[in-house]
Amino acid sequence: MQVPAPFEYQRVSTVDEAVTLLDRLGDTARLVAGGHSLIPMMKLRLANFEYLIDINELHDELGYIRAEPGRIRIGAMTRHRELLESDELAAAFPIFRDAERVIADPVVRNRGTLGGSLCQADPSEDLSAVCTTLDASCVIHGMNGERVVSMEDFHQGPYETAVGDAEILTEVRFPVRPRGSSAYEKVERRAGDWAVVSAGAAVWLDEAGLIADARVGLAAVGPNTAGIAGIADALRGQAPAEELWARAGDIAAEACSPVTDRRGSAEYKRHLARELTVRVLRRAVARIDGQEV
Amino acid sequence: MTTVASNGHRTAFVDNDRKPTGHGRMLRKEDPRFVRGKGRYVDDLQLPGMLHLAILRSPLAHARVLSVDTTLAEAHPKVRLVVTGAMLAEKGLAWMPTLSNDVQAVLATDKVRFQGQEVAFVVAEDRYSARDALELIDVEYEALDPVIDVRTALSPDAPVIRDDLEGKSDNHCFDWETGDAAETDAVFARADVVVSEDIVYPRVHPAPMETCGAVADYDAVDGKLTLWSTTQAPHAHRTLYALVAGLPEHKIRVVSPDIGGGFGNKVPIYPGYVCAIVGSLLTGKPVKWMEDRAENLISTGFARDYVMRGEIAATRDGKILAIRTNVLADHGAFNGTAAPVKYPAGFFGVFTGSYDLEAAHCKMTAVYTNKAPGGVAYACSFRITEAVYLVERIVNCLAFELDMDPVELRMKNFIRPEQFPYRTKTGWVYDSGNYAPTMELAKQLAGYDELRAEQAEKRVRGELMGIGVSFFTEAVGAGPRKDMDILGLGMADGCELRVHPTGKAVVRLSVQTQGQGHETTFAQIVAEELGIPPQDIEVVHGDTDQTPFGLGTYGSRSTPVSGAAAALVARKVRDKAKLIASGMLEVSVADLEWEKGSFRVAGDPNASVTIQDIAMRAHGAGDLPEGVEGGLEAQICYNPENLTYPHGAYICVVDIDPGTAKVTVRRFVAVDDCGTRINPMIIEGQVHGGLTDGVGMALMEMIAFDEDGNCLSGSLMDYLIPTALEVPDWETGFTVTPSPHHPIGAKGVGESATVGSPPAIVNAVVDALAPFGIRHADMPLTPSRVWEAMQGRPVPPI
Amino acid sequence: MQVTMIVNGEEVTREIEGRLLLVHFLRDHLQLTGTHWGCDTSNCGTCVVWLDGEPVKSCTVLAAMAGGHEVRTVEGLEQNGQLDPIQRGFMECHGLQCGFCTPGMMMTARALLDTNPDPSDEEIREAISGQICRCTGYATIVRSIRWAAAEEAGTRTTAPDTEHTVATTSGSAS
Repeated sequence: MQVPAPFEYQRVSTVDEAVTLLDRLGDTARLVAGGHSLIPMMKLRLANFEYLIDINELHDELGYIRAEPGRIRIGAMTRHRELLESDELAAAFPIFRDAERVIADPVVRNRGTLGGSLCQADPSEDLSAVCTTLDASCVIHGMNGERVVSMEDFHQGPYETAVGDAEILTEVRFPVRPRGSSAYEKVERRAGDWAVVSAGAAVWLDEAGLIADARVGLAAVGPNTAGIAGIADALRGQAPAEELWARAGDIAAEACSPVTDRRGSAEYKRHLARELTVRVLRRAVARIDGQEV
Repeated sequence: MTTVASNGHRTAFVDNDRKPTGHGRMLRKEDPRFVRGKGRYVDDLQLPGMLHLAILRSPLAHARVLSVDTTLAEAHPKVRLVVTGAMLAEKGLAWMPTLSNDVQAVLATDKVRFQGQEVAFVVAEDRYSARDALELIDVEYEALDPVIDVRTALSPDAPVIRDDLEGKSDNHCFDWETGDAAETDAVFARADVVVSEDIVYPRVHPAPMETCGAVADYDAVDGKLTLWSTTQAPHAHRTLYALVAGLPEHKIRVVSPDIGGGFGNKVPIYPGYVCAIVGSLLTGKPVKWMEDRAENLISTGFARDYVMRGEIAATRDGKILAIRTNVLADHGAFNGTAAPVKYPAGFFGVFTGSYDLEAAHCKMTAVYTNKAPGGVAYACSFRITEAVYLVERIVNCLAFELDMDPVELRMKNFIRPEQFPYRTKTGWVYDSGNYAPTMELAKQLAGYDELRAEQAEKRVRGELMGIGVSFFTEAVGAGPRKDMDILGLGMADGCELRVHPTGKAVVRLSVQTQGQGHETTFAQIVAEELGIPPQDIEVVHGDTDQTPFGLGTYGSRSTPVSGAAAALVARKVRDKAKLIASGMLEVSVADLEWEKGSFRVAGDPNASVTIQDIAMRAHGAGDLPEGVEGGLEAQICYNPENLTYPHGAYICVVDIDPGTAKVTVRRFVAVDDCGTRINPMIIEGQVHGGLTDGVGMALMEMIAFDEDGNCLSGSLMDYLIPTALEVPDWETGFTVTPSPHHPIGAKGVGESATVGSPPAIVNAVVDALAPFGIRHADMPLTPSRVWEAMQGRPVPPI
Repeated sequence: MQVTMIVNGEEVTREIEGRLLLVHFLRDHLQLTGTHWGCDTSNCGTCVVWLDGEPVKSCTVLAAMAGGHEVRTVEGLEQNGQLDPIQRGFMECHGLQCGFCTPGMMMTARALLDTNPDPSDEEIREAISGQICRCTGYATIVRSIRWAAAEEAGTRTTAPDTEHTVATTSGSAS
């Protein structure tokens, strides 16, 4: 079996401790949470660090799902399994349960965390697409306190984030708006595989039943998961309708930039961006009315 | 004889006196250790002072090795030894023979010829340090153009891969032909209907859950080498090590402990095993080598990789007349095919399938490419996977063109029961078969007519549902020694049976289980023949010092060959027991009758002796009948008269999401006929496993390369294997047509489902896509490839 | 560095490298070789053990990360000489062939029944979907886990030996 190159293992038990240690060690150190993306990369020696800082003990501090008026805050150490099993989260954002059911596998979900997923910044990563769809913002802690960045600013390219060498992602915040719902769908070659394409949608209606806002996030069809801005513009103020979803699908297909690889041809992925956009919009709207399609 | 089964159809029936075991579904004797985590696999072995070996592999597919600098690696504090190809060359060990009379580099000297080829190795005090030291070896390469696309391998400007072979000026590996070309052409010329299709069976990999590895322990004092290794053929390996390394054969002991799945991957000898041996010889310590998953996928025996042109000739009303095929076979950088010497294409010659033809012909060209060697692996029954896929696909193409039901077309062309033994147009003699009842049973279990009705309704609604049928005839149990050998070693297998004084027994086999349940099945065979309970019979296997010579377990040969040997050696013991019983009962041998477990005097129900009584007498005090030696044991070497030919009928139902093109296998019905059945539970398990392989190959598995020869499937993230969520709850049934020449009528079953299921699944997917006018699409049918087919542009896999 | 953890109820302390993977700690340092490994990328699941009561892939957990925590392996399934019903179920229903994936499968199965004593076939398949078996085709693993669930619920009615009849004529078994 492949094994990582030597490094020094450190363990921290508070966010402040983590930040202080990171500040001291600079880019020779890396945080490890669930480790299910990082450790395989270290075993394959695609990633090497002098220090690995284990933050699993921060689960007590950063493992939470908190509903507050107008928003839900989720700690970065919240594990996939906790996201999947939270009824409170599923009630506010059914997209989470849709996505978590198809992320990796149940055993990996026992370890993997929200923060780890976002910080890996894999363009095919599903939780990033969920956060993008829900217009989340990320709380980043450093020596000088915390700052908040939007998902658009958080991901800066494949495997690159806004988190600095001496910083740690601590929380992700989701605005809650009335009369909204969401949905997620992924096409994969096999259970547990990375997405060929995934799409998430969140839709909010106004008092008149017209679309107040709509967001679509796509994974695996660009350098990072991407929110498709044009869709919101096209849908706002319209009454929900199949033709509208089709138009949104066209916009998604147009806006994405898939490449041909072992998971599928670029043409197929573009088709999926369209097809899945239609499906998740349809499902999200149905869910506002309490229906499942 | 035939009988009417409860489900109403007629089928073959085994005579009761030939019913083999009487123990039927028996729980496995090997399981108590496995469920406790007490299995003993190669990597579980920890010997005092053991060192660890890691192999440096080529990052390039084709390159000249200019220099290998090991200075830094040797300076690593925990490294004991670093070996390069040049060092092996000095000892004459840089090259080793393959199982197909080619040679393969143990460590590259002149060139590397595929990505992942072995270049150097390190032996260190622990496995982490060995891996670290690989980073310290500096190899200078001069990159050469690689040959990756098999279709261009023979073009005049293609770089020559095997310039190590004297006078080699192209990438041609071999030509092979079977059947009668002129006769076949003549039949094609007068046929009403001719259908042709290009059919690719992509490169796949057996990927057993346990990778390959070995622990070599050379004892310099008595000159004995013990090699624990992941091998399906310990005896054959021992002989080859003797020939390669020049070690005397009696000073080599090969032990194959518990094996975490083989599927053909553990038949060849890999450079890693030889490296471990060299490492132990040079350090005087036990040396362990366990490859990682990437090494397993990129360097060990792949399977398939046939580019086939299939053609079928028939009458307008669906009588198949002839099949013709042209095959381009990719053998990788070295011809490492593990097949009987006279069969360079394995048993591909059975591509005529289960049908009574007037003519058949195959022409094959095999080439070298800059890819890993191998070619016969992954439960293929020596290339019958490819043969059955070809015939079952092309027959379906014919059904499509004739607008005929695929079951009806098959039924119309089956070899009829009275034609057995049946000689095919390519010279194979099928021992027995009764195909129609098997097909009928599959139809019944599936509810075939109802499925077709459902499909018709769904098509109106635009839903994509497909029903796929395949029917296969396997050829397993290699094989008669007059025809079949591997590197000169005849494919007969020994078996030794000892009955201890208290009537317990030990049976020693040359074959080696990798999960097939030999410790149970073989105990059952002997139990039935001797009347000793199977719990009282120990099965010993996988150790060349403890078992008689034989060629090992692959090609579904254990039951056809060693199963026969076990039955016959038990009968030999029983014959001797009869002589002893005649003395004990003071009657002549002719007056004795065998009733399972005892001999009794005919006509005198009170006069009998049990096999246990006889065993004690055989070892005890007192006289034995004249000319009878003490002890109760026997040994034989079984040379099969012919292969056995199991068959089966499979029906697969798939649904395809029209929007995403994702295929779901909804149902799979498999009816197998493997002759006399020994342990139905184990048989069912073998079938289930093979069906899952079929789903893998049909829908997701493929070893792919980019144009530079980089392997794109070097991890289980990229080489996809089905999980529990991709396969249905299998529905199985069986018919029984015993083999006439096997002592208990058994055939083999280990690979039947791997052979038979891929065409059923592909036929189902293609059937679902019929509204798009699609007649063929190549595996693996990933969502993307299915969608491309729906757009009218099916993509070949290479 | 030094690491201390509870393994199958016993406290163990060893000197290790920080990079040592938990699977190698168990196999090479504690000789608990029932836990296997089959890939480098946490896809195969032959290495599944429990960490604080939850199944994890021990090839993707550092031994150091398990320090101060509790680990349970296949060797800890049998209690006081009594096989766990999961172990018996795998034997009764032919849930294993080569035995290599079996320890990981059983650890996941045990955890499943602890939280969901009466899982559906779909729930069982989902639970083991991060673990690959190359031999069985999964159906008998599903049956094995169902057998154990029924055994524990006291609702097992069919004797295993009669689930599949010995037949010499054609027949079917699913």
